[in-house]
Amino acid sequence: MYPQDLKYSQEHEWAKLEDGLVRVGITKFAADKLSDIVYVELPKVGAELRFMQPFGVVESVKAASDLCAPISGTVVAVNEPLTQAPEGISADPHGAAWMIVVKPSALGELDQLMDASAYSKFIGEG
Amino acid sequence: MRYIPTTPKERDRMLEVIGVRALDDLFADVPASVRLNRVLDLRPALRDAGVIAYLGELAAANGDADRLTCFLGAGAYDHFIPPAVWQLVTRGEFLSAYTPYQAEMMQGELQAGYEYQSMICELLAMDVANASMYDGASAVAEAAVMARDLTQRDRVVISRAVHPEYRQVLATYTKPLGIQLVDVAVEDGRTTADAVRKAVNDRTAAVVLQQPNFFGAIEDVRAIADVAHDAGALLVLASADPLAFGLLAPPGACEVDIFAGEGQAIGNPLNFGGPYLGIIATRQSFVRRMPGRLVGATVDADGKRGYVLTLQTREQHIRREKSTSNICTNEALNALAASVYLSLIGKDGARRVAELSLRKTHYLKERIAAIPGYAITHKGPTFHEFVVRTPRPAAMIAKRLAAEGFLAGMPLGRFYRGMANHLLVCVTESRTKDEMDRFADALARAGGKPRSRGRAMTPSARG
Amino acid sequence: MSPVKKDSTLIFERSTPGRRAHGLPELDVPEVPLSTLLPTGMVRGTPPALPEVSELDVVRHYTHLSHRNFSIDEGFYPLGSCTMKYNPKLHEEVARLSGFARLHPYAPDDLAQGALRLLWELGEELSEISGMDTVTFQPAAGAHGEMTGLLLIRAYFEARGEHQRTSIIVPDSAHGTNPATAAMVGYKVLTVRTDPRGNVDLQQLKSLMDDTVAGVMLTNPNTLGLFEEQIDEVSEIIHRYGGQMYMDGANFNAILGVTRPGDQGFDVMHYNLHKTFTTPHGGGGPGAGAVGIKQHLAPYLPTPVVSHADGRYFLDYDRPQSIGKVKAFWGNFGNLVRAYAYVRTLGAEGVRNVAEYAVLHANYVRARLKDTYNVKYDRICKHEFVADGTRQKARNGVTTRDIAKRVLDYGFHAPTVYFPLIVEESIMIEPTETESLDTLEEFIAAMIAIDKEAAENPELVKTAPHTTVVRRLDEVRAARQPDLRWQADR
Repeated sequence: MYPQDLKYSQEHEWAKLEDGLVRVGITKFAADKLSDIVYVELPKVGAELRFMQPFGVVESVKAASDLCAPISGTVVAVNEPLTQAPEGISADPHGAAWMIVVKPSALGELDQLMDASAYSKFIGEG
Repeated sequence: MRYIPTTPKERDRMLEVIGVRALDDLFADVPASVRLNRVLDLRPALRDAGVIAYLGELAAANGDADRLTCFLGAGAYDHFIPPAVWQLVTRGEFLSAYTPYQAEMMQGELQAGYEYQSMICELLAMDVANASMYDGASAVAEAAVMARDLTQRDRVVISRAVHPEYRQVLATYTKPLGIQLVDVAVEDGRTTADAVRKAVNDRTAAVVLQQPNFFGAIEDVRAIADVAHDAGALLVLASADPLAFGLLAPPGACEVDIFAGEGQAIGNPLNFGGPYLGIIATRQSFVRRMPGRLVGATVDADGKRGYVLTLQTREQHIRREKSTSNICTNEALNALAASVYLSLIGKDGARRVAELSLRKTHYLKERIAAIPGYAITHKGPTFHEFVVRTPRPAAMIAKRLAAEGFLAGMPLGRFYRGMANHLLVCVTESRTKDEMDRFADALARAGGKPRSRGRAMTPSARG
Repeated sequence: MSPVKKDSTLIFERSTPGRRAHGLPELDVPEVPLSTLLPTGMVRGTPPALPEVSELDVVRHYTHLSHRNFSIDEGFYPLGSCTMKYNPKLHEEVARLSGFARLHPYAPDDLAQGALRLLWELGEELSEISGMDTVTFQPAAGAHGEMTGLLLIRAYFEARGEHQRTSIIVPDSAHGTNPATAAMVGYKVLTVRTDPRGNVDLQQLKSLMDDTVAGVMLTNPNTLGLFEEQIDEVSEIIHRYGGQMYMDGANFNAILGVTRPGDQGFDVMHYNLHKTFTTPHGGGGPGAGAVGIKQHLAPYLPTPVVSHADGRYFLDYDRPQSIGKVKAFWGNFGNLVRAYAYVRTLGAEGVRNVAEYAVLHANYVRARLKDTYNVKYDRICKHEFVADGTRQKARNGVTTRDIAKRVLDYGFHAPTVYFPLIVEESIMIEPTETESLDTLEEFIAAMIAIDKEAAENPELVKTAPHTTVVRRLDEVRAARQPDLRWQADR
């Protein structure tokens, strides 16, 4: 159920390497846990991210979670429509509801993330 | 036992169900080392009539605004409060309710909060207002912190014509956060755009002004907002009496980013300084950085309109150390009083109350200007307060006037060095021409050459 | 139910152009052109779209809103952590005496002797009740008191040159205001967990405490309604490293006259006068959050301090080491009058009875409900206890939220739910001392009935409430599309 071509963080973000850039979103587990997502705050293009430091926020009615960067680097694209329709996150968290694309400054950090089977185990679904 | 309905028989039955023998057993978990093994040393209990009598005695020892004619403002204003306001507000259904956490059961409170937010937005011409803060001073401090978060800058420029106590509270809040405060001097009672321009830089998060300012003068908010915005800073506008905006260009028309003010003037009694009403209003785009509770409209399961507390993820009970503020309890009842007051004065009265205050103030200003030895300190336009230069220390004048039945105003020496001979005088719509005439006459007597002590101190009864 | 009760018409929607409710005076001074008083650029263009209604419209509107509310005056309010006890009517009467309500905060000391004396005497009473040395009344509410208290601690360490203290310990069971306050005064929060008996985990506390820590913020009894049985050891650990003990007084009601925070080792505490000392909550405020301190923190108190000499009371501004001011003027005086009236009505014996009966009532409800609802930390509680809805949720998915909403249908306010965070599906019940056994029995019966409904007819509970003026409200919509005000052009 968790795509093999993604890497996963303990904070429930996924990262996907695409032609030297890294696409980032949150996992289905996180989206389900938050249930009705009402708000997402994403950085601007050009923002500098540091590995496992907050880069944005996702909120339901009664909970708020920081989004943690699964990779260091510079934000080169932001899924702006998502901020207008955050409910879309639950529908397709690993696909259409990607959040940002990062030009990585330390690609090796991806090795510190989990693969799909490790992540499934981590969340108790494996 | 006053206010405890449980009878000895009921107590024993309850203890039995719990499985203990005596009330004391319920405190077995309190270590002996920290127990109080004596009776508290408190003043003896009074019966209800005794409480009323004693507090009546204490109340009578105060020179309140019923006993003395009030020309004192300086952040707390004696506007007339229609009796309907507090008769409605103190209905037990409002008074003894908690924060509306169970929305379905608290629609009255929530709708009143929504209406309050709406009325404040109307009065100020701002996009959004929260459900209330503690008071004007702490609202200004919270607004400065909000500006820091919004701009990611750490310097706040503040006019010295902002209420001195607001500035003190701002200093208390900002110091541990490492926010630097920069004072802007005042010229002829007003803040100038030039002075602000010199004070701002690329680290400035906000410029803080007050309208009308502490000296009663009307600031050119728009011009200073432009200066702030040119520097990438926000304009935070304080006010100690938002009723002024019934007549003055409102914050929303002056490019204000955050309004932070004191709402006591809107239907709340003087109360020796509290509880008052902190107001925060801002732009729609800043709402998620706003501190405090917010009421929002929504629908129920049947699609019927209803109200809830919303955007709560900003708040401490969810965000904890990452919340926009630690505020929890606010001043809901005082906000309700403001709503009822604004409903009663309405669209027409909002302008009338401001205009009456302004016109009467002008009358007294001219009267005082004509008294030998007195002068009006500042030249520019004022709202319902102005500064008078007194021939003798203002505190002495005020004392003399108190003996004649007047709260004469605020001697400014306490807040501003070199202003010991300056008195801040306030006139609301409640003052009459007759009161002002008598006040001016009394000022004239107090300012003249000191007569024989005995005669000067003779109190004259107030008619 | 009458159709009127279901009406949610806004006061703006009752507006009719030209209608007025005010009786503002006529201008009694010579009229001069407005333009001579105010440059035209400073005059407001469009008037605010405030309601245009009659006085009777206003009276009916707010009376109607009051009918759509719930309050202590209306019924039982077992909202844990909030101490919703009866607010005596006597207090309202004395608070409205014009000598208090109409007293200007800048009235000279000579004209405020009665008010200052009241503050002085209330300070003495609260000091004695808490075992503290002195009290400031400036904070407006509990969280404001927390901020004041932590600023005092900060100032104390700064004066001693102990700048390395940059963090503060807060239990995982704490009110959200504790960590939020710590952040506001620039402290990093270190979380200490709760042990299986519901006390602060001493081992972890020891490992967290050193001389970089300013101290600990504790609520005692804590938010589980349990007294910290090892308070002596906690105090010893914190003080051994020179730290300060802060007490969140939200739960002070439970221990009045039995044990004093000052004797438990606390250096500073806040009082929620709107809880323990029964000043009315007003639908969310105003509160009054006095702060009591031990003498070593006195130099840093907010200015001014009420003082007393030669039979005269005065405001002392000469406090060079003060943290400054946290609020304009001197505090929520109107509430202090009420708190004073309360203390004087009760006296020493009455004050202790408050704690005894608050604790008796809470334990009785706990004893009666613990077979129906899980109680994770099941021991003699203080003024409240934390049950939970885990059994009901596991049985057929009825959550604590559902149970709380169903409580409304029985005519009670719901308990506090989903707090403290360390108890899953928590239901925190605080009956207070002012409720009669009859009321407690009705509530107990309702809670047992709801459990039965949850088992036999879960849909009934899941779709509750059914008898309130609106049904369950869509909070998701409110958050996604915030509608925070009425607008004229809608």
